[in-house]
Amino acid sequence: MQKFSIWSLLRNSVSYHEGWQKQWRSPELKREYDVVVVGAGGHGLATAYYLAKEHGLRNVAVVERGWLGGGNTARNTTIVRSNYLWDEATQLYEKSMKLWEGLSQDLNYNVMFSQRGVMNLGHSLQDMRDIQRRVNANRLNGVDAEVLTPQQIQEMLPFINLNARYPVLGASLQRRAGVARHDAVAWGFARAADSYGVDILQNCEVHGIRRDGGAVTGLDTARGFIKAKKVAIVAAGHSSVLAEMAGIRLPLESHPLQALVSEPLKPIFPTVVMSNAIHAYISQSDKGDLVIGAGIDQYAGYGQRGSYHVIESTLQAIVELFPLFSRVRMNRQWGGIVDVSPDACPIIGLTPVKGLYINCGWGTGGFKATPGSGWAMAHTVAQDRPHPLNEAFSLDRFYNGHLIDEHGAAAVAH
Amino acid sequence: MLQIDCPWCGPRAESEFSCGGEGGIVRPPNSESLTDAEWGDYVFMRKNPKGVHHEQWRHASGCGRWFNVLRDTVSYRIHATWRIGEAMPDAEGQAAASRSNA
Repeated sequence: MQKFSIWSLLRNSVSYHEGWQKQWRSPELKREYDVVVVGAGGHGLATAYYLAKEHGLRNVAVVERGWLGGGNTARNTTIVRSNYLWDEATQLYEKSMKLWEGLSQDLNYNVMFSQRGVMNLGHSLQDMRDIQRRVNANRLNGVDAEVLTPQQIQEMLPFINLNARYPVLGASLQRRAGVARHDAVAWGFARAADSYGVDILQNCEVHGIRRDGGAVTGLDTARGFIKAKKVAIVAAGHSSVLAEMAGIRLPLESHPLQALVSEPLKPIFPTVVMSNAIHAYISQSDKGDLVIGAGIDQYAGYGQRGSYHVIESTLQAIVELFPLFSRVRMNRQWGGIVDVSPDACPIIGLTPVKGLYINCGWGTGGFKATPGSGWAMAHTVAQDRPHPLNEAFSLDRFYNGHLIDEHGAAAVAH
Repeated sequence: MLQIDCPWCGPRAESEFSCGGEGGIVRPPNSESLTDAEWGDYVFMRKNPKGVHHEQWRHASGCGRWFNVLRDTVSYRIHATWRIGEAMPDAEGQAAASRSNA
């Protein structure tokens, strides 16, 4: 793998940038792999990367229905934070946050991780009590968090309208939180995994999961049968469809989640603002466009598109909070399919089929967990048992009742 | 926005309705003798198909009543709506094909 540095940039600039290598191969598929990861999104590529890096597995493939990073990785609002309420969730997301903090160096790829802070607004007395409770819980878990007064919010965002229809009474702030460039995360993981010899197979849709005596034996794909000792399903919105191929029922409902970006503006928005109650979140990308997220559609859907009334209610809230954006034009709108679990927490672990592992149910908040999710999943697959970090997130919890109810910290009502 | 045909009020905009998820789930009558796996399956596990889906909806801002909907989760086309307690109507196309598992 060609190393990216200031020197390689200088060296290549004098040769008209014709010396750059391809960042990953397009290999021929081998007939047999030790592990096949289904889904070349951020989580799947991170899983493959940590399988190779942390566990020494080299005979690994990632199969992808479309193109690398073409699903939810390219459709989220790029926000990264770890201010969750319950111990289990905080520790998992905080592991992820720690990996984010060194990720560009680790991957030798600039994922444009920017710790500009994330604010969660409170609009009622109950909101503020919940925020105070969550901030205290975060601090007890070693996660940075603080409560902001309306005056402190106004200092960071002089143009915010605090006396909106739902007045802003305060906010929580995690200063280490922020955003990362979502495409670069997928590309960086793909490049780094590829350098360890991981085969990334695009246009390779899975049609069936073969089993023998309760153990997985391989996958039928658009490019033929692939024999595999272990298969990891890391397919976000399509997890139910894949699990059904192996006869597994999941507690998931897939919903479209919409987002939109505006035309580029000069730098104005220094942080990320989210609001549970009025259902909107907003940040400004390094390119200058406002990145705005909405809530999920109320019904299940795989259409990767949304509805206008959802956009309308989101933009009403944004314009009410930030009246100066009322004339900003929106450039693009899209929908991603999120797999929502009953307790708003992911499922990472073993399945009733031997050698088949699943990582799904991230709902509206999977992007922030990309490195941590891949790290925990790689451990689970390589060791055939969950890591203490993801032990509580097994599928069993829906049978033994040990749910981790994180709707309050999920930031989008669902 | 979807237009949904309430079996009592007629076609109305989606924003008048709330979606209650998978329809046709029957509460097990012998709940005392269920295993944890059977109980978990009833409470949490869902079909979530990519295609025709049997759902329950409520006309929240209208008559307030619950009813059944047969809807495609990819095209969002609504194949049929019918009242609780009535038999699923014969809907054309894929809907009829999927009735065995709806």
